[in-house]
Order: sequence, then structure tokens, then C-alpha cells
Amino acid sequence: MRDPHIHFAYLDERTKRMIRRAILKAVAIPGYQVPFGSREMPLPYGWGTGGIQVTASIIGSDDVLKVIDQGSDDTVNAVNIRRFFQRTTGVEVTTDTTAASIIQTRHRIPETPLAEGQILVYQVPVPEPMQHLEPLEVETRKLHALQEYGLMHVNLYEDLAHFGQIATTYDYPVLVNGRYIMAPSPIPKFDNPKMHMNPALQLFGAGREKRIYAVPPYTSVESLGFEDHPFSVQRWEQPCGICGARDSFLDEVITDDQGGRLFVCSDSDYCAKTQSAAASSGTTL
Amino acid sequence: MSQAPLLRVRDLRCAYGAREVVRGISFDLWPGEVLAVVGESGSGKSTLLNAVAARHAPTAGTVEFAVRQGSDGAGDLADIYAMTEAQRRLLARTDWGFVHQNAADGLRMNVSAGANVSERLMALGQRHYGRLRAQASDWLERVEIDPTRIDDRPDTFSGGMRQRLQIARNLITAPRLVFMDEPTSGLDVSVQARLLDMLRMLTRQMQLAAIVVTHDLAVARLLAQRMVVMQGGYAVESGLTDQVLDDPQHPYTQLLVSSVLPP
Amino acid sequence: MTMTTPLLDMEGVHKRFVLHLQNQTVLDVLRDFSLRVLPGECVRLSGPSGMGKSTVLKLAFGNYQASAGHIFVRSADGQMVDITQASPRQIVQLRASAVGYVSQFLRVIPRVAAIDVVAEPLLERGPDGHPLMDPDAARAEAARWLERLRIPPSLWQLPPATFSGGEQQRINIARSFIRTRPLLLLDEPTASLDPLNSATVIELIRAARDQGVGIVGIFHDPEVAAAVASRSVTMQAPSP
Repeated sequence: MRDPHIHFAYLDERTKRMIRRAILKAVAIPGYQVPFGSREMPLPYGWGTGGIQVTASIIGSDDVLKVIDQGSDDTVNAVNIRRFFQRTTGVEVTTDTTAASIIQTRHRIPETPLAEGQILVYQVPVPEPMQHLEPLEVETRKLHALQEYGLMHVNLYEDLAHFGQIATTYDYPVLVNGRYIMAPSPIPKFDNPKMHMNPALQLFGAGREKRIYAVPPYTSVESLGFEDHPFSVQRWEQPCGICGARDSFLDEVITDDQGGRLFVCSDSDYCAKTQSAAASSGTTL
Repeated sequence: MSQAPLLRVRDLRCAYGAREVVRGISFDLWPGEVLAVVGESGSGKSTLLNAVAARHAPTAGTVEFAVRQGSDGAGDLADIYAMTEAQRRLLARTDWGFVHQNAADGLRMNVSAGANVSERLMALGQRHYGRLRAQASDWLERVEIDPTRIDDRPDTFSGGMRQRLQIARNLITAPRLVFMDEPTSGLDVSVQARLLDMLRMLTRQMQLAAIVVTHDLAVARLLAQRMVVMQGGYAVESGLTDQVLDDPQHPYTQLLVSSVLPP
Repeated sequence: MTMTTPLLDMEGVHKRFVLHLQNQTVLDVLRDFSLRVLPGECVRLSGPSGMGKSTVLKLAFGNYQASAGHIFVRSADGQMVDITQASPRQIVQLRASAVGYVSQFLRVIPRVAAIDVVAEPLLERGPDGHPLMDPDAARAEAARWLERLRIPPSLWQLPPATFSGGEQQRINIARSFIRTRPLLLLDEPTASLDPLNSATVIELIRAARDQGVGIVGIFHDPEVAAAVASRSVTMQAPSP
């Protein structure tokens, strides 16, 4: 229930304006990291403050909000963030991907395809894709400005040299709109293709690093690779142990201490929907 | 001999505040020429090199380079400090090389030798892993590094190997001009000799023009056809290397030459 | 370009050394020295030591700077180039194609095998920008020269630094004669050689002369001088 003593969505209106300006700039320059005045939030850095500030700046009283963490609506973080917005805005919340107008996510893109008019807000830990190779921000800004991206390929080359394949499996760098290389946040590379030409608006917020960036609807997002070692996604041999889906990202769950394991959909809403669709059509798993 | 010079430096001056360390240096450099800049500590030779290599803007004077245009390589002299930073950086990555005294300054110590050598090619847009690796392997052999070490990091290499790796990293794009700042200082004598030999061979084979800063007259004699002697920021004597070393005119040059202990 | 155009024309050359480190001591080694060398000539510079014979050769090669006067060397394309005014680049080009110098002491380059030291002039680039020969052909030619000068094949892959004086001298000679230049400056070419090898060098010099090469040489051995020189110039102390 909405707490009347807190301003709508916690942030003051001036802050929201500042963040909206940053968002507009980010949308105008797809993939470009826009600095913004990240505020103190009632949870520490590293817990999604960037995503929360973005959501807080765009949410309106008639929005419908879904919050997921690693694909699930039920983890502690997702529950807390959802409750935060319920308290500060009173908006309707949902676990149904198709019903939400704003989806805030940590480290996954929902399996259910998104539609025009929806906004996906990502929580980003490290916005700079080249940070571990080039720690100086002065230098990385120059590299982005001059489109000098050889260093990113050095990183991929190293992976190939040491592991025989590109070992990066999450936060896999992408080229946005043919211009900027972007860190898509630690989503599994399985999700990368979903960003390409997505009808929804994708916003990225990094609270600790104080950066916002965006991928407008229907924008090209290509994952980096080599000609002879192109980008490829993960595949599983087994289907989901609960709903039988073969096309979703699966989490491995240890079921006992004898090595028993189960593979289940990471996206809890998708799993539930597939389950009920199978049940209603009478399909056995 | 109607070739135009590759590099033209005129009245170059560099100062740190009120203290002038390079006082009015001028010279031309033609394709394939190696110029040694010799002097003791504090002579201004490293500052001069950095100013010519666009790493440290001078306070006065011009540095012009014949930027490659078209496939025939000919081009007019262009003021490098009038270029945009993007153009200068591109030049530094393709047509120029810079070999540092300390190899760690010119390498990425946390990535493999192969990545170090092929980085320039990746920066220029090459995207075929197999071919990149083959070219890197080729160059490692050329600088006498065992190609099986292509995946090893430079922090596992000896000083001489790191220096040779640095050279490969710079030369893979066949630059026309290479700057070297004391390329053999700090290395063991036998390692120095091997490196100098390699530099001598590569500069000839690839028709490289080079400016080599050194305090070691023997390095100048071995690598360079021409020499400039610097003292206190001034070029006190310049000319053919063997002439300056065997028939020194200026008192300081005579002092330098006579100070070297013969082995 | 006729046979009467000199290969070397030194006019009124002065050479003075100012030793700044020895209280500005002045040494006048040459005063008003002139010399003209035509194709096919072998000019012997004779006289007591210290008279400036080596200095003349070094001046002609551009190794020393003349204090006054002019030194004209005929370039490969027939121009008379005054090396006292020439740029370092021009002198380097002259040394590649117009004038060679066999010094008493081989400037030993570390680690380069004897056969490669000798082959090196053949790997230099010609006027068209390409090397004169490929490395294998150049080495084969170098091998022939080393044989002629009786350097044992076991030494071919070794750097000359550890060779005897005579062996180094023969490497030097092979390197200088493998690619003949129109003007050749010889500084005691047989100094460390035994009679057999001296005889070979005499043959080489005469053959070069016959081909029209112009030679200026210092020969301490009068028999060698008599065998090769077409005329002699005696150096004396410069008149005060």
C-alpha cells in the first residue's frame, strides 16, 4: 500500500527530471553511457540502485510493474524492490510478463517476447565493457569517441587462445546501432539475441558507476565475434524438468546430496505459463 | 634522388615551464634512414623524441610527416600537431612505431604474446582469428621468439624477449617510421648485441626510417647512418655517423667519444 | 662521360685537427693537397708514417671532414659530387655505388657470420629499390670469394670477431671486392697477409684496374706496390 509520507517513487521531481534528461540523451545515442547524478537510495550500491532510479523516474500511477531477479519474481531482491515501489507509488504489480508496462530485471531478459510500449530496465554493475582491460576512464572515453575498439577483440582473442572458445558467457559485449560497444549487464549470452530489434525500450542503469544507457526499440544489437569463431548461444540437452520447455534458459538445481540435479527454467513466469498451457492442452511431459 | 623527406622537423623547442630543454632543433629524415640522437642525461634527447612522436607537444616549431595517401605511398608533408587527435592516434597505430626503453611500457603485460602482436591488426578491423594468429606466429619467429610461446604472457618473458616482442608488436603493420628510446639499455650485453643485430636487419629489410635515442655511441654506430649530438638542449654536432664519431669537431663530441672505454 | 673524367678530384684540401681536450692543440695533417684519379689508375700514396696517407683515404670516403678545399667523387650517374658539401644521405649513396674503402681494421659487427658480412653488399638495394640479389645467391657468391681468399669453410658461419688479423683482413677484402665500385680506397690491404694471399690480393687489384676501377692505395710492401701501382704520390710534411 502506498505510503503517503514518501514522495511518489521516492525521488524528488527535480531528480526525476535530471534522470529523464539523461535517459533522453541515452535514447538519442544508443549504447552511449550518459553520466548522471546518482542519488543515495535506501539500499547500498551493488543492489540495483541504478535500475531503481531509472524505474523511479519513469514510473507513473497507471503503470504495471514486474520485478525479476535472475528470472524469478520470488527471490529476496525482486520481492524487496517490488515492495519498495508498491510503498512509494502504489502501482499495480504483476508477475505476468505480458501484463507489465515496466519490467525491472537483474541479469535476465524474460523469455516471453516483449511488445511495443513495454520498457525493460536493466540493473548494471559495470557499465564500461573495456574496464578490466583499460582501467583509466579518460582512456576508455577516448576509445569510445574514436571508435577504437581493437581492445575488445583482444579480449575475445585471449579467450579463444586460452579456452579454445570465447569463454565469456555473460555480460557479453555487443555493438549497438553499429556504433557503440556496450556492456549488456550480466545477462547470459543466451539472452543477447533478444536485445536485437526488440520492440520494447531497453534502459540500463548503473547506480554505483553513475551511468545510464539505452537501446531504443528496433535497434540493431550485434554480439561481437570473429569471422571464424562467430557468436553462439548456449544449448541444453535436457528440457525444463518442470514445464518441458526446450527453448528457455535453464538453471541447474541440486536436489539432494547424492548428485541429483534438475534443470528448470530460470524465468519463473515463463515456466508457469508453459506448464499451464501444457496442462490445459492435456500434453504430458 | 628526388624523393621528398618522410619527416621534417623545424626549430623545435620544448620547455617545462621556464626551463627550456630542447632549443631549436631542425632536421629532415628520408625513407630508410636511421638517425641516432645521442647525448647524456639531461641533454633533451628523450624530450625531443617524444615531441617528434606526438607524445608531448612542443612549445614552438613544427613537425611534419608525409602521411600515406593512396597505394603508392607518396604524400605531402602534413603538420602532425594540426591534425585531429583521431588522425594522430591512427598514425601512431599504423604508420609509426614506438619502442620504449622499458618493454613493459610498450606491451600489455596481462594478455598473451599473440594478442600483443596482433592487437594493431584487430584495431584495424581484422576479424579472422586463425589468420591473426598465423600472422602473430610469423612475427614471433621473425624476432626469434619461439612461436610455441604465443599464448604465454610477457610477464613470463625475459627482458630481451619482451623487447623483441615489443618490436614485433610495432612492426606488424609495416610502419614507415619507428621511434626508439634507448631500446637496448638495461639489457645484458649479449642480449643487447642480439637485439641490435635484429634491429639492424629489420630496418634494412623493411626500409624503415627510424629515430633512435641512445647514450651509447656503439649503438649509434651500428644502427644509424646519421647522428645528432645533443647537449643542454642544443644540437651541437650532426652528420654522418662515422664522421661524427671518427672526426668529431665540437668539444663536447670529442669529450663523448674519448670517454668511451674500449673493451 | 669519357675515360678522362676523373673518378676522384681532390683540390686544395686542408685537414686540420683541433683537439679541444688537449688544450686546443692544433694538428695540421694536410695542407693544400690535390689528387686526381682516372679510371684504370692505381695511385700509390707513399711516404713516412704520420704524413697523412690514411687521412687522404678517409677524406675521400667522407669519413673525415675536410677543413678546406674540395673533394669531388664521380657518382654512379656521372655527376661530380663535392663531398665536402654533400648531405649525409648523398654520401651514403656514394658509398653504396661509387666509392669503396678497405680499411686496416675490420669494424666487426657482433654476431654476423663471416659469410653474411661478405654477402651484405650484394643485398643492398639497387636504383630500382630491389636488392641486387636474393640471400641464397648472395651467399653462394660470398662463398666463392671466401674460397678464393682461402678462408676455411669451418669459419664461414662464425662472426669474424675471433679471427686472426690476417683472416679479418681477407674478410674485409672479400666484402670490398665482391661488388666493385668505380673508385676503391685501399689502406694497407696486404698488411697481415702471407705471400700466397698477398698474391691473390694483387691479382684482384690488377683485375679491378683492368676493368677501369680507379684505385688509391697505401702499400707498405714495395713489391706489392710495384706490382699494382701505375704511379706514386709521395706525401711530405706540410710546409709551415
